[in-house]
Amino acid sequence: MDDVNPGQTDRTTGKTVAPDRTGGAREPMVVIEGVNKHFGDLHVLQDINLTVGKGEVVVVLGPSGSGKSTLCRAINRLETIESGTITIDGKALPEEGKPLAQLRADVGMVFQSFNLFSHKTIRENVTLGPVKVRKKSKSEASTQADALLERVGVAAQADKYPAQLSGGQQQRVAIARSLAMGPKVMLFDEPTSALDPEMVNEVLDVMVGLAKEGMTMIVVTHEMGFARKAADRVVFMADGQVVEVATPEEFFTAPKSARAKDFLGKILTH
Amino acid sequence: MLDILDKYDVLGAFWMTIKLTVFSAIGALVIGTILAVMRVAPVAILRRLGAFYVNTVRNTPLTLILVFCSLGLLYILQVNLTDPKSPTSIVDNNIRWAIVGLAAYHAAFVCEALRSGVNTVPLGQAEAARSIGLTFTQSLREVILPQAFRGSIAPLGSVLIALTKNTTVASIIGVAEASGLMKEIIENETASFGVFFIFALGFVILTLPVGILFTSLSRRLAVKR
Ligand SMILES: Nc1ncnc2c1ncn2[C@@H]1O[C@H](COP(=O)(O)OP(=O)(O)O)[C@@H](O)[C@H]1O
Ligand SMILES: [Mg+2]
Repeated sequence: MDDVNPGQTDRTTGKTVAPDRTGGAREPMVVIEGVNKHFGDLHVLQDINLTVGKGEVVVVLGPSGSGKSTLCRAINRLETIESGTITIDGKALPEEGKPLAQLRADVGMVFQSFNLFSHKTIRENVTLGPVKVRKKSKSEASTQADALLERVGVAAQADKYPAQLSGGQQQRVAIARSLAMGPKVMLFDEPTSALDPEMVNEVLDVMVGLAKEGMTMIVVTHEMGFARKAADRVVFMADGQVVEVATPEEFFTAPKSARAKDFLGKILTH
Repeated sequence: MLDILDKYDVLGAFWMTIKLTVFSAIGALVIGTILAVMRVAPVAILRRLGAFYVNTVRNTPLTLILVFCSLGLLYILQVNLTDPKSPTSIVDNNIRWAIVGLAAYHAAFVCEALRSGVNTVPLGQAEAARSIGLTFTQSLREVILPQAFRGSIAPLGSVLIALTKNTTVASIIGVAEASGLMKEIIENETASFGVFFIFALGFVILTLPVGILFTSLSRRLAVKR
């Protein structure tokens, strides 16, 4: 990385030294190097290289089917990869078993469809990980859960079941559930695309808050407001490749690749 | 007709039916859960073993299984489940082997009921469980199985009802349960519809509440999505 200046993207490798808001280079948190994956004949991840610095917020954009979810899921090994390496805070992703479970505890994941545990109350959803994985006491986990639920604005729903909450509330609980593990990095896979429009902002507000507090975040989303407000960098993917990496400002005002221009044209006309 | 109730221990025979049912049901639930876990395990050999057990046992007549337990394991191989010197060892051995056979047989059906329950749990639940760092066993225990059990209450009820009625097969290896007594009465007395009626009623009294209970449980405990 010696020959790349902070904040600049090495166009040949797609690797980037993350720009800090104060100007210096960040320490890497997630390092993705030469990652490939196929689904049958489909080369869904093609030699992906991407480094996300500590405290950096990266928004991943791209047409449907371009491999964004697969990339996101590969980072906590919900999808396996065929070649290349992914390291998190200096540690390579373990193959399986207990070490993998431990690493996943450090990587928060927020899904498009919330995936709250349907048979557990909201509070139990948030305490399960801390009690079973972090070995906290029930009461300690419960106090922490209530504080987190307060923070995402659903404290009043703590004793209800997921099905009794609106989509926006469920997604905020899902964020609280991830935060309860004290993650080093949070992955969001289209966290607002399953929501009714009036609920999108309540979730984005929580995410912007997290970004401001310095959480390392990788966010697959088409919410440009969020990208402009919170992202340090935008990664544009198409057909399993990282096509463009830029600041939100650069990307939205002057996209370089034809694919990105085409894509932005489609989502901006509405 | 009521003199039959005086002359024979009908209640005692039904008590045996209940004991066979309860103990075999517990055994079947335990073995069936283990089989179901094997059948969804990430280890191929476990999956194959589980499938082999279910397919073999489910397709073997229960009569054969019980005769195998009694004749094969008890008399030929001399596998005693009780102290062979005790005066009631023959009866006790037969009862225990009947319970083992009934449990082993119905475990296959419990496994399939649970597996249908596992299929009611969306994939996202397992992914969310794994993504907060739960191990495979923890995910099963905390997230998948509790929901799978709730989703399989109705089919489990059917298995329990079938099990209750299938305890009648135990009479062929000499367990004095209800249907065995019925045969005995019919042989001793002139067969009458009254006798059939008493025993049919007995089974209905045992199974009907089970059916009603499981239907209402499955409705009440259903996981709301
Ligand atoms: N489990 C799977 N099996 C086969 N193909 C898959 C699977 N998951 C995703 N795909 C395919 O891989 C491609 C990329 O999917 P995905 O990563 O979900 O894209 P995106 O999130 O950018 O829309 C799509 O063409 C999709 O159909
Ligand atoms: Mg996707």
